[in-house]
Amino acid sequence: MARPFPLLRQLRPALRFVPVIGLAALLSGCDMVVLNPMGDVAQQQRNLLVFALALMLLIVIPVIALIGIFAWKYRADNKDAAYDPDWDHSTMLELVIWSAPLLIVICLGAATWTGTHLLDPYRPIERISKGEPVAADVKPLEVQVVALDWKWLFIYPEYGFATVNELAAPVDRPIKFRLTSSSVMNAFYVPTLVGMIYTMPSMETQLHAVINEPGDYAGFSSNYSGAGFSGMRFRFYGMDQAGFDQWVARNQTADGALTRASYLKLEKPTENVPVMRFGEVAPNLFDLVVNHCVKPGDVCMSDMMKMDRGDPSSMDDESGMSMPMGRRPEEPLNGADAGEGPPRSPADADNRSRPSPGALAIPSTRNK
Amino acid sequence: MAQPDSLSPLNVSPIFGRFTLDALPLHEPIVVTTFAVVALGGAALIAALTYFKLWGYLWKEWFTTVDHKKIGIMYMILGIIMLLRGFADAIMMRLQQAMAFGGSEGYLNAHHYDQIFTAHGVIMIFFVAMPIVTGLMNYVVPLQIGARDVSFPFLNNFSFWMTAAGAAIVMMSLFVGEFSQTGWLAMPPLSGISYSPGVGVDYYIWALQIAGVGTLLSGVNLIATIVKMRAPGMRMMKMPIFCWTALCTNILIVAAFPVLTAVLALLSLDRYVGTAFFTNTLGGNPMMYVNLIWIWGHPEVYILILPMFGVFSEVVSTFSGKRLFGYTSMVYATLVITILAYLVWLHHFFTMGSGASVNSFFGITTMIISIPTGAKIFNWLFTMYRGRVRFELPMMWAIAFMITFTLGGMTGVLLAVPPADFVLHNSLFLVAHFHNVIIGGVLFGAFAAINYWWPKAFGFKLDTKWGKRSFWLWVVGFYFAFMPLYVLGLMGVTRRLRTFDDPSLQIWFLIAGFGAFLVALGIAAMLMQFFVSVRDRKQLVDTTGDPWNGRTLEWATSSPPPDYNFAFTPVVHDSDAWWDMKARGYKRPEHGFAAIHMPSNTAAGIILAGLSVAFGVGMIWYLWWLAGLSFLGIIAVSIAHTFNYKRDFYIPKEEVVAQEEGRTRLLSEAVA
Repeated sequence: MARPFPLLRQLRPALRFVPVIGLAALLSGCDMVVLNPMGDVAQQQRNLLVFALALMLLIVIPVIALIGIFAWKYRADNKDAAYDPDWDHSTMLELVIWSAPLLIVICLGAATWTGTHLLDPYRPIERISKGEPVAADVKPLEVQVVALDWKWLFIYPEYGFATVNELAAPVDRPIKFRLTSSSVMNAFYVPTLVGMIYTMPSMETQLHAVINEPGDYAGFSSNYSGAGFSGMRFRFYGMDQAGFDQWVARNQTADGALTRASYLKLEKPTENVPVMRFGEVAPNLFDLVVNHCVKPGDVCMSDMMKMDRGDPSSMDDESGMSMPMGRRPEEPLNGADAGEGPPRSPADADNRSRPSPGALAIPSTRNK
Repeated sequence: MAQPDSLSPLNVSPIFGRFTLDALPLHEPIVVTTFAVVALGGAALIAALTYFKLWGYLWKEWFTTVDHKKIGIMYMILGIIMLLRGFADAIMMRLQQAMAFGGSEGYLNAHHYDQIFTAHGVIMIFFVAMPIVTGLMNYVVPLQIGARDVSFPFLNNFSFWMTAAGAAIVMMSLFVGEFSQTGWLAMPPLSGISYSPGVGVDYYIWALQIAGVGTLLSGVNLIATIVKMRAPGMRMMKMPIFCWTALCTNILIVAAFPVLTAVLALLSLDRYVGTAFFTNTLGGNPMMYVNLIWIWGHPEVYILILPMFGVFSEVVSTFSGKRLFGYTSMVYATLVITILAYLVWLHHFFTMGSGASVNSFFGITTMIISIPTGAKIFNWLFTMYRGRVRFELPMMWAIAFMITFTLGGMTGVLLAVPPADFVLHNSLFLVAHFHNVIIGGVLFGAFAAINYWWPKAFGFKLDTKWGKRSFWLWVVGFYFAFMPLYVLGLMGVTRRLRTFDDPSLQIWFLIAGFGAFLVALGIAAMLMQFFVSVRDRKQLVDTTGDPWNGRTLEWATSSPPPDYNFAFTPVVHDSDAWWDMKARGYKRPEHGFAAIHMPSNTAAGIILAGLSVAFGVGMIWYLWWLAGLSFLGIIAVSIAHTFNYKRDFYIPKEEVVAQEEGRTRLLSEAVA
């Protein structure tokens, strides 16, 4: 990863003003992954960052220069300089000092508005890179991410396997992450791929991304989550299709099976966990984790919410609301349930303006 | 949600609560050494105070005082002492992060390291920045508005001791039990009883709740003071800018701190009685906590910075020998910032999955704050324009501030762009940003203020040689310590990490560590500056009461001011009242003095605060008997205090005359 990139060179004019002048050599020697990412979304985020920086330097550089100039020119022992002790107002000048930042904020605000909507983590990927839209028949690779104490579980529902602390995706194929956490808050961050998103217990967040260059990249938790936080690192591999197929096959044939029982064991706090592979994964495991009902016998939160609303479809018997919660006898989520049970974000781009009735009760973090 | 065994009711002793000898960190050599040093230092201090028979003096003249000036000074001392503790935490973190590479675990384990970064944040914000800001306002505001004290002098004493009580509880956690390991905002679910079963989070909660009482009451007090006690003629738009910023800060305090109190109360209920406000299950929602704490937390940063904007306005204007440029726009800028402070809290968690429109809204409101802030920078700039800039220490800090804060503000606006925040949130870039504005703004402001008002408070100037050394070490040290963090943030390094695996990062941590070392020297130089100045106070003496050719009323009285501040209440005609009085050939009255009505000292504040510490300790350690008894004690003392009718006295006319004649003598000597 640590090699200088042409993009970084383009950025030098901007970087020059970071007050580490004289350290340019040191700077080019280090890998500023945020300024030089390999995923299209992260690149667009970087572009907005650089644009905002350049826009502000338009006013910041003159201001800093003027501070120095005025302080020097009007120093007390420079008797040649004008002295005007009662001059304290100038309408013209006040107009300028309020409107100059205002103009910059208007430009930046417009860029922010569009950029925030275009780069919304919930927005499905529309382009692989500049000028290269996603082909109509390409289905995003879905990866379900569960932050555990203190390791990452990645479930690939399309391929029916799971890994711990190792993530891979084929180059140029959109990835859709669905994320949650088992216990406390973490944030999922692969700087080279896309900006971070929090993973939160009982809630689902989403993130869309695409990786454009094959490589071995760093990923980690970027929200402190307790004693083992520093060890919550994983590798993210961008692979060509053949390499990815091989990787999938390797995982699919792995011995371990991630049953609900073994998940409950895995979920217990451990630190600096090496890569693990599970060739099989219990059905709907991710949804069970979000709804806190991996343990057989626990009532899924989505079901409990339905009960709270008095939705008869969730009731097993005639006892209705008076049924003691937590005493549902059998498996809470069967195939039929799963269709409507797991929380869906109301924010899926297509129906964002009118969330389905079910979405109202959903423990999603999404504000509208 | 099952509680760990150690907390089951059976294991909580009715006498010792959950305290056992294991709670004493005897197995941690670093803590034991620290304790030994602190204990020896404390013992030496107590011995010295006893030897010089100073306890009576301290109790009568300081601990029970209701004089806003002495309370202000005590706040500053508290802030500076806690700065040493908070900085010790900082340097330990820098050392750990510079060492822990290539499989090395560094020298701190997670349990220790996580407490240190939590304590660093809590102490620096609540027990360094807040006491310094409150202390400055306490000292300066009544003098600037020509008042004899604050509106509620007893409340002021009580507020100070409650703040000190909170600080005492935090310090106690260093040696008995542990401190919170959750980060400075104690976000659930991590801070819930399931994931933080120990006493750490309870120490955090009770330290903040008890100190919060003090902060809130002091806010009420200063608002009442500014609104009701201004000298005749001082209309709102003739108040010094520092008073305006103090007013806005206290409005923010009164509006924001109850939110903190409420959210911590809810967290306490979750922890103590098993409610489910912020739990993962049973309908709790941790995001509620995140919202509430930042609804307090964002105004909090403006609470800290606004008074410093006031300080810089006074300093730049005084040392440029010129009226402040754009007084009116400065006032409006302050008010706009006050209001906008409430409309930006969500920018602290763009990355928690809010919709694009919500994120854009809060991003743009955040950027809008940079407009009035930018206007302020321009106003200071044009105050220097056509001035006579004297590079005394306060002005040096002001210029360092203007440059540093502009950079910090710029990176802040970068972080306000949600897509940029997605790649920089929680990174060391963020850490660099807020240190850039808090050190570059609040601390530089505090140092400007200390150098500026010290002669007023003590009657002699601070030593310039050590002051300049301290200045350069601090400023250069700051840039060395935090510019590498910007770079590391752009390298994708996140905050609060204890160990690292990428060796190419280490050089930057070493540079940052070097910067922290320079800052340590800067702090040492500052202590040296205080020491040398006290030693040489005869040479540094200021007899005029107006050593800087000041502009506002505090310079109209003697240094240090008499207990009653002004023998005659001044009449104000201009926003730069003292400058205006001097320009119009003001003659100080030398006759016609009368007895002056003053509030009496009282021990109620320190007793109540002491009982509050006992209550806090009782709650933290589940010593229910102690909590119950001390709570009853608090109620009893409060009621008893209302029956204290000896609330005031008159300074006899003879004393006033003697005091004022002394000043007349000094002034004539200064002229001769």
